[in-house]
Formats: sequence, C-alpha cells, structure tokens
Amino acid sequence: MVHRRLSSNRSTSTKAFTAGRTSRRDFLKVSAAAGGGFLLSFALPDFAAAAVAGGKTASLNAYVRIAPDNVVTIMSKNPEIGQGIKTMLPMLIAEELDVDWSQVRIEQTLADATIYGRQVAGGSMATPLEWTPMRQVGAAARQMLVAAAARRWKVAISECDTSSGEVQHKASGRTLSYGALAAAAVNLPVPNLSSVKLKDPKDYKIIGHSIPGVDSPKLVKGEPLFGIDTVVPGMLYAVFQKCPVFGGKVVEGNVDAVGKMPGVRRAFVVQGGMDLAGLMPGVAIVADSWWQAEKARQKLQVKWDEGATREQSSDGFARQAAKFSGNVPAVSLRNDGDASAVLKSAARVVEAAYHYPFIAHAALEPMNCTAHVQGVHAEIWAPTQNPEPGRQLVARTLGLDQKNITIHMTRVGGGFGRRLMNDYMVEAAWIAKTAGAPVKLLWNRADDIQHDFYRPAGWHFLKGGLDQDGRLVAWQQNFVSFGSNGAFARSANLDADTYPAGRVPNLSYGYSLIPFGIPTGPLRAPGDNALAFVFQSFIDEMAHAAGKDPLQFQIDLLGKDELLPGKGEGFNTGRARGVLQKVREVSGWGSGSLRRRTGRGVAVYYSHLGYFAEVVEAAVANDGQVKINKVWAVGDIGSQVINPTAAENMTQGAILDGFGEALNQKITIENGRVVQANFDSFAPLRLTQVPPIEVHFLRTDNSPTGLGEPPLPPAIPALCNAIFVATGKRIRTLPIDQALLKV
Amino acid sequence: MNYSLRVNGHAHAVDVDRDTPLLWVLRDVIDLKGTKFGCGAGLCGACTVHLDGAPVRSCVTAISDVGNAAVTTIEGIGNTPIGARVQKAWLEVDVVQCGYCQPGQIMSAVALLAQTKTPTDQDIDSAMNGNICRCATYPRIREAIKRAAKADLGPAATKKGA
Repeated sequence: MVHRRLSSNRSTSTKAFTAGRTSRRDFLKVSAAAGGGFLLSFALPDFAAAAVAGGKTASLNAYVRIAPDNVVTIMSKNPEIGQGIKTMLPMLIAEELDVDWSQVRIEQTLADATIYGRQVAGGSMATPLEWTPMRQVGAAARQMLVAAAARRWKVAISECDTSSGEVQHKASGRTLSYGALAAAAVNLPVPNLSSVKLKDPKDYKIIGHSIPGVDSPKLVKGEPLFGIDTVVPGMLYAVFQKCPVFGGKVVEGNVDAVGKMPGVRRAFVVQGGMDLAGLMPGVAIVADSWWQAEKARQKLQVKWDEGATREQSSDGFARQAAKFSGNVPAVSLRNDGDASAVLKSAARVVEAAYHYPFIAHAALEPMNCTAHVQGVHAEIWAPTQNPEPGRQLVARTLGLDQKNITIHMTRVGGGFGRRLMNDYMVEAAWIAKTAGAPVKLLWNRADDIQHDFYRPAGWHFLKGGLDQDGRLVAWQQNFVSFGSNGAFARSANLDADTYPAGRVPNLSYGYSLIPFGIPTGPLRAPGDNALAFVFQSFIDEMAHAAGKDPLQFQIDLLGKDELLPGKGEGFNTGRARGVLQKVREVSGWGSGSLRRRTGRGVAVYYSHLGYFAEVVEAAVANDGQVKINKVWAVGDIGSQVINPTAAENMTQGAILDGFGEALNQKITIENGRVVQANFDSFAPLRLTQVPPIEVHFLRTDNSPTGLGEPPLPPAIPALCNAIFVATGKRIRTLPIDQALLKV
Repeated sequence: MNYSLRVNGHAHAVDVDRDTPLLWVLRDVIDLKGTKFGCGAGLCGACTVHLDGAPVRSCVTAISDVGNAAVTTIEGIGNTPIGARVQKAWLEVDVVQCGYCQPGQIMSAVALLAQTKTPTDQDIDSAMNGNICRCATYPRIREAIKRAAKADLGPAATKKGA
C-alpha cells in the first residue's frame, strides 16, 4: 500500500522537476493532473535557491500543484521523524501563497538531492534554512497567479488582492480561484525570488497558528505509513546477525542447517567490510515471514573472529580515564590568562570529576529497510533521517550508479540521530541483491540496542576558583574523551569556544583521548546533551560555593550583552540572559518555601541556534527516589514560533528525553560488546516519571530557528541542580544513582 | 497449523506455526499494519491489542493461545464508542509526534476507559505505564485520556472530524 502511494508521487514529481531544473523559464510548469486537467507546478531549482540563501549552505526546492478544483498540493521534502516537518514546511508555502489550510494536501517527495537540495532531519536546521526560501516559494507563486488574473481582467496588478486561494478585484467585485488561473499563470514571467514581497507577520493566518500534524488522522487509525509497514509484491523478510563485538568477522556459520528451517529461503554469510557505519560482516537469513527468519536465528551458530575490540570495556575505559585525571591534558584547547596560578591564590577552589556514560537512541520503530535490487537498479523504502549518504553507501557497496537508486522516504518511527546513519539501508540492499527478490530487513530490539552509534561516554576533571567577592575567576578543565591521534571520535568533541569561555578571565580547556572500537554518533543535541550537564552543573556548584543565588550568579556571569564566538552564529549572551530572566519570572524563582527535601534548580544553554532556560522542581524521598514536581521552560527561537502546538509538544518531549537520559539510561560495554538488550535494561522514560511542563517562548528580533534539540540540554543539569538543593548531594555521574540519595 | 481468528469482526483462517506471536499474524498474514513491533518482549506496549476487550501484548501472545477470543486492533477500535472518542481526543489534543507508539497507547487508553469511566492520575499511570512513547508525548497522552473521559457518552461519538 505504502509503496504504491509513494510510487505514484514519483511519476508526477520527477517529471515536473526534471523540467524545472532545465532553465529559469521552466521555473513554473504545466503538468497533467492525475485526475485530468492542468496543474500549476512550481519548482525552485538549485541555482535559484542558492541566490535565495545568499550563498549559505541551503540548496532547496519546493513544489506546488494547483488543481482546477482549487485543491493545492504541496510537496514536503524532508524526512518526517516526528518533528512535524511534513506539516511545518508546507505551512510556510501556504501562508505566502495565501490559501486556506483546508485547501492544502501534502505529499512526501522522494529523496533526490539533485532536485530538492538538503533533505535531512538533523541539527534542528530545517527552520533556519527553509524559513525564508519556503515563504518566497509561496509568495512567488501567488504573484504569478495575481498577474494572470490582472491580465485576464485587463486591470493593474496593484488593483488585485488575494485571500483563501482566490484573486479579487475589489473595484469591480470580480474574483477568480487559483484553480481557474493556474494554467494561465505558468506562462507568465518568473518573479525574482529575492525580491518577492513577503507578508507582514501581523497578517499571518497559518504561521503562528496551531496546525495539527497532517498524518495524525491516519496514525490514530493505524494506517501503514512507516518503513516497517512497507509491502512490495513478492517480498521476503530478513534478519541479519552481526558479531556482538564491534568489528568482528564471520569465520563460519551453520548456514546450511539454518537454510533448511521452516520458511527459510536462504541463509548466507555476508563478508562485509571494516566500516562500522557501512556493511559489516554477518549472517543473513531470508524467509517467507519475519517470524520464521527470527526463529531460525535462534538455531544459528556462528564462529566469530571477534578482533581487538573484545578487550575493551566500560570499566577499562574508566580506569584509563582515571589515570588522566591528575595529568596535564594531552592536547590544549584553550588558554586564557593563567588558570593554574589563579587557582593557587583563589579565595575558594572547587574541584570535581564529572562522568556520563554511553547511551543508545532506542527509537521505537526498530531499524528496518525494504529493498529491491534488479540488475543495475535499486529501489529502496527507508525510514531514514539522511537519505543521500545512504544512497552513496548503497552505490559504493553494491557497485551501482547513484542515479539508478530510488529512495522512498517513509515516515520514521523516531530518529534522535540514529537514522542519520544508513547501515541498515545498505544491509537491506545487499541482502535483497543476494536473495534476488525484494526483501524487508527488520532488526529486533537487541540488534538495535547492541548495534547503535552511541552517544560517547566522557570524563571531565574540573577546578574552579572564586575571588574574595565570589566571582568566578578561574576554570580548568581536562576532558577525557575518545578518539585517536588528537582527533575526537564522532560526537565526542569539545569546542574551544564552549561557554563559559570568554567570561572567565583565567580559563583552560584541554583534552586527552582514549582509542577505542565502539561506534559513536550524534544523539539529539549531540555534544550538548552531555556537555550541558557538566558545564551547567559546575557553574551551579560555583554559585553555591560563592553563597549566591544560582540564577543571579548565571546572569552575572553572562555579563554584558554581546555575541561571543561559538557554534552557529555565535553565543549571544543577551539572549541567554533573556530566557533566564523570563524563567525566573514564570517559575516564581526564589519566592515561597518548598517542602522538605524538595529543591529547585536552574540551567541555561545555547544549542543548535536556540536558547533555553529551564527551572526544575524535584523532591527526593528518604529512600532516594527522585520525583520531578514541575518544569518551567523558556525558549528563544527567534521572532516566530511557526506551529505553536508542535513547538510545545516537542519542547516537552525534548525535556523529558533529557530526564530519561539523566534518570534511566546507560550502555555498558563488556568484552567489546553491549550488555543491555531491551527496554528492561535500557529504559526510556515512562509516564509515571513525567511532571507537568510549562513552556514559554520569548519572541526576539532574530530569524526563527529549530526546536528538535535546543530544549534538551538544560533539562539534565536543571534537574541535578534541583537535587543538590533538595539533598545537599551533587550529582556528578549520570545516570543519577538514586541509592546515593537515601537518608 | 490452521487457526481461525476473528479480528475486528471479520473471520480469518491462517496457517502458521503454533508459537507465532499474534503480532506477526496480524501484521504479516492479515496485513493489518497498525499494531506495531517495538521490543518483542512485552516491555513497550506498541503491540497492544484487545482480546475480548482486555489489553494484551500481541508480541508475546502465541497464536495458539488466542483461542476463540475476539481480537480488536487499532484498525477496528474506532468502531466502538469509546475507541472513537479516544481517537478524537488524540486528534483534538494533537498528541502525536512520530506516532509509532500511538496505536498501542490508544488501545491501552480505551481498555482503561472501558473499565474506569473517569480515571484518576493514578489510574492513568498504572494503566499506561507499560506503553513507552519514545518522543515522550506523555503530557498530551494524559490530557487526551482525560478529555475522552469527559466527552459525552451519547450517540454523537460515531465519526471523527479532520
């Protein structure tokens, strides 16, 4: 069902887009509607997009079809992983096109960077990259429809107006629907995108208004939209057993015996390679049903060459990290003033060692992909956040031409960064090619938890110094992370500009690296999900050591409003101060008394262009159980919250995701393999752990930015700082060991 | 082995091994894809269906244990008044993020409301704690259950909007 729906999209979209790319004149095209009649196809080719984005990384395309019955179809180009992009990007186009949302139908595009530019669910980047170009796409289409009406009526364009998908000529009382104008509009000159007039935000009818998720009516009825729901005629089902030790190879396996199990068509060894993010060695079992393949796997016996990584373990890493604790960092990252000297003479010095573990993504839809390889062509149905690198990986591994690979982007049952990697895609393609039939590869939960790209563990050895007035004057940090030859492993890095750099006169950051064989990768708010815990907890420690109110201490430390060097556009201390002041106000910080063993903590963080300050109130029972009573969150993501209902939902979800990491989650490595295997030992947050969360947005005069990641990082230190107030015990290791909080 | 199943009011004859979980019969034999695979161990609730109205984890329910029980899945739950109300409340509250767990959440919520017309927070916690939402839409799941509980039980609750 899924594949048929998507395939039909393909025939219309590629036709129009291929034409759209050829020249500026073909910017708007007439194409045949599925139900007959003409459609206005509106495409934004790459060169136009580059002009729009002013040379930034954006390269995008949008696509609008208008049917004679005035139904407007808007193509949504990015993967939908629950971040609401399939609703949000079309909202931007629809607003400037000036149509009613009820007229709009939305279709998911294929993955094709040559047509659509960046198609990634990652980095909270869709909003900042698409905010202006998508509105320009809508505005340009509207401008052409107005011109078509003016020409037909023989009146000046300036006398015409639009609303709800029609053009009006007020003086004569005439109106024409967009549907009636579309065929004529495509023959008119193409507006210069950079000069199209955009609406005054006060006139917005869609942007800034809550629009429910477009797929939700189908989802609550269980309609098949996800990758795992894909059905292709003649499809077989596969499981793939890899070596439990990362990087291990197959020596031999009882594939002949397994191949004779009920329902099994084939069992075979995949030699694979050395790239942990590519096709790794393993044994594939292809059967008539997934359950039969999974059952046959229980009889599978493989002799593995486990390789060098089998010597590695979490305990071993911790021992190596401890050896670095007293040392000068192997690599110096930043040196302001003289932290060592000032620490010797400081009025007060605080010393602390922080640690956070590896964690997995554990998206609820297990990794899966359906592939059909026929000769030099491959067709792939994938729940991926990042299809283009998947295409390259499949092309490289199977020896195919990239242009002969079609990728359908299905709805994705959770991403969190896991599906930026496409290992499961290349596995499906390889197995399908070998099987000579369409194959749906589906991992079980243990495959998922034990073959992830983990948020890397880390150790931070810190010293902070206060002067006589309780000001933070020295900061020394040795970060023990993973990597080799001075280069951090993926997502295991620390930037020299990380705040409070620039605000502590004597500050040194350095790092030392442990070589390892564990695959790591981005997890929602990569880097920041761990670093916020360290930096914002230690600043809170210094505030308490200084005997100052932690929130005021943070505001004082931020100092005057200015743009400090940092990720993205840099770190704007004024925006951080703004969200802190607002959260002080909405949470009633400092007012009223709290019950026994109850405390409030605050944290602020700049992540993926967004600023969030959060206050957490937590109560700790005598047995150490932590109960979060309430959360107040204030975000500054610029001048406009595009879809308020989705924004609140995602902010709450990100904060709760942080609590799950803080309270529950740890991946342990023993003998080069992951110990945890399912949701009993690796536990996402559950309903009973969920507090009420109040979400506020501070509108500032900045271009709108994304929301998938920024709310998460401060949630963890705000919780830990609250626990300190409640118990006097400082959480320096994640996940929080509630047994240590017992009285 | 041959089994006769009644799913959402329709009879199905299936030929599968006796230990095949109901989940895989529903998804891959009867082609009802709404019931989701999450853990295979009864830990996440994504596969929740009703047997004679009682919620079960279909990933750990062997087909041979279903017997004559009437199976209701997310595809059929909207035909019951409570099911329709819960689906409507889910849309009105705009609960969904990725949506993968939501069929299981809705099936658990319907089973709760069928037993307890006006559940307390504690009732909701104990009925829903077995359902993981990895996007953590939990605040809205709570809100939607309360909204569905408050909705009139009258005949109006037949067809959802949107």
